Amino acid sequence: MIEAQHLTKRYGTTTAVNDLSFRITPGQVTGFLGPNGAGKTTTMRMIIGLDRPTGGSVTVNGKPYRDLAAPITEVGALLDAKAVHGGRSARNHLRVIAASNGIPESRVEEVLRIVGLHDVASRRAGAYSLGMGQRLGIAAALVGDPGILMFDEPVNGLDPEGIVWVRTLMRSLAAEGRTVLVSSHLMSEMALTADHLIVIGRGQLIADAGVQEFLSRDSAQSVLVRSRDDERLAQQITGAGGTVVPAVAGGLQVTGITSGTVGELALAAGIVVEELVPQRASLEEVFMEMTKDSLDYATGEVA
Amino acid sequence: MSTTTDPSPVAPTQRRDPAPARPATFGDAVRSEWIKLTSVRSTWITLLVALVLGVGFGTLISYLSGSHYATGGFVRHATWDPTSVSFRAIVIAQLAIAVLGVLVVTSEYGTGMNRVSLAVTPRRTRFLLSKALVFTAVALVVGEVMAFAAFLAGQAVIGLNAPNTTLGAPDVLRAVIGAGLYLAAIGLLASAIGALVRNTAAGISAIVALLFVLPGVVQALPSSWSNPITEFWPTQAGSQIFTVVRSAHTLAAWSGFGVLVLFTALVLFAADVALRRRDA
Repeated sequence: MIEAQHLTKRYGTTTAVNDLSFRITPGQVTGFLGPNGAGKTTTMRMIIGLDRPTGGSVTVNGKPYRDLAAPITEVGALLDAKAVHGGRSARNHLRVIAASNGIPESRVEEVLRIVGLHDVASRRAGAYSLGMGQRLGIAAALVGDPGILMFDEPVNGLDPEGIVWVRTLMRSLAAEGRTVLVSSHLMSEMALTADHLIVIGRGQLIADAGVQEFLSRDSAQSVLVRSRDDERLAQQITGAGGTVVPAVAGGLQVTGITSGTVGELALAAGIVVEELVPQRASLEEVFMEMTKDSLDYATGEVA
Repeated sequence: MSTTTDPSPVAPTQRRDPAPARPATFGDAVRSEWIKLTSVRSTWITLLVALVLGVGFGTLISYLSGSHYATGGFVRHATWDPTSVSFRAIVIAQLAIAVLGVLVVTSEYGTGMNRVSLAVTPRRTRFLLSKALVFTAVALVVGEVMAFAAFLAGQAVIGLNAPNTTLGAPDVLRAVIGAGLYLAAIGLLASAIGALVRNTAAGISAIVALLFVLPGVVQALPSSWSNPITEFWPTQAGSQIFTVVRSAHTLAAWSGFGVLVLFTALVLFAADVALRRRDA
């Protein structure tokens, strides 16, 4: 359980995190979403005591991180996979971490196997590929077998196989009853991994909801239909109470009635339907819509 | 266009009860720092370089000084200190120890490892002191090995052409052990400076300025200024611990070393305050 209350972080006149309150609960994957620069990493740094909040507080299992007696047995974090001394082997890197909290060396071999680095564990971490480095970072988070896990952009730079592996790992960690917090600026990734979403923009909370709830909340349901006689079908739809606008790539964009009703209307009027697609706003679109006011560097129109 | 989420959310099952973790201790932090220091090759290389400089170069200087003894004249003979002659190269070897001392801290900031270190050991004073303790202990062992080897080899070659001394002579054993203590103190001071400035280039510049540049600048001042400054300059006062024949305007052995230790403690304290205040 991670709990933030009115968490605020200012650097000079810049406010990175502004009055953020949330609660991250066990047994599910919580996605931490926001555009780059939204304050995700700063928030995670405050959770594990690297940065001190300017205001408010954040606790893990009811205590400030710095007061935990054996911190990595309660919270494991991957913030920056490149944060490794390049001259040290992966195994020794993990031994350093294990020793600091009195964890036996056998656990190091265990996590090396879990992340699939066992055969290359004696190599210098500096010679690792991006993907291997990411696995090492995940191994480091798992050393203490903690009940809370936190990953900052874990799939960055991974190949498709690695992405599926991370996704599966997150889900199984949550299924074991652990608290899993994963940050990303990629909505599509979160859609596949998370059960719950916390969305921030410019350091402020924008949404805190389940993924399904998130989707249904803002998305106007619509139907795309293409037929042999769009003009006549449009009349039928309008007559049945639907709203019709021409779709960008041809066909009709229908709102107000379901795809089933559109099909029935077409059948009754004897119009051949070539395409009939119910459209849900993608998580991506909802996200863009929600965060467009909070982008630090919104892109302008190209003249 | 449409995005689907995992249709089968996994029912949370209870994680197997983890073994109750015992609290992490200062000893754990020390073990972790020991693995850190000994698991990078640059540590061994730098320590080897220090030994080669201190003993090899020291023996060469001892031989050359001894062979010029006969032509030195009365004044030279009156201040002849074969012990400190055999330690002349420590002035050079200390640089290797100092650089390593800076690096054990700043290499963490350079790689981002410091964020891992402070996440696993959030008690920052514990982090700093365990690191300082491990490095100081290593510097002490290397320093004592260097001191005894440089002394024994140095006396052997001085004895070819000039009066030498033995460990049994007054104050000599203190000076030899003191040379190792001095190197350990310089190493600790360098680490504390590294923790204060958090940057390799700045840290090395600062310790070089303290050891070589500023004392050189002070020498350019009129002696009424330079004498008292040199007398209490931490690194120069500290070097009195490996001097047997005391010259004018210098502190006694242990008082001089005390100045160095006090100064080091102040810098370490400042580093601790800064570490606890600053974001990682």
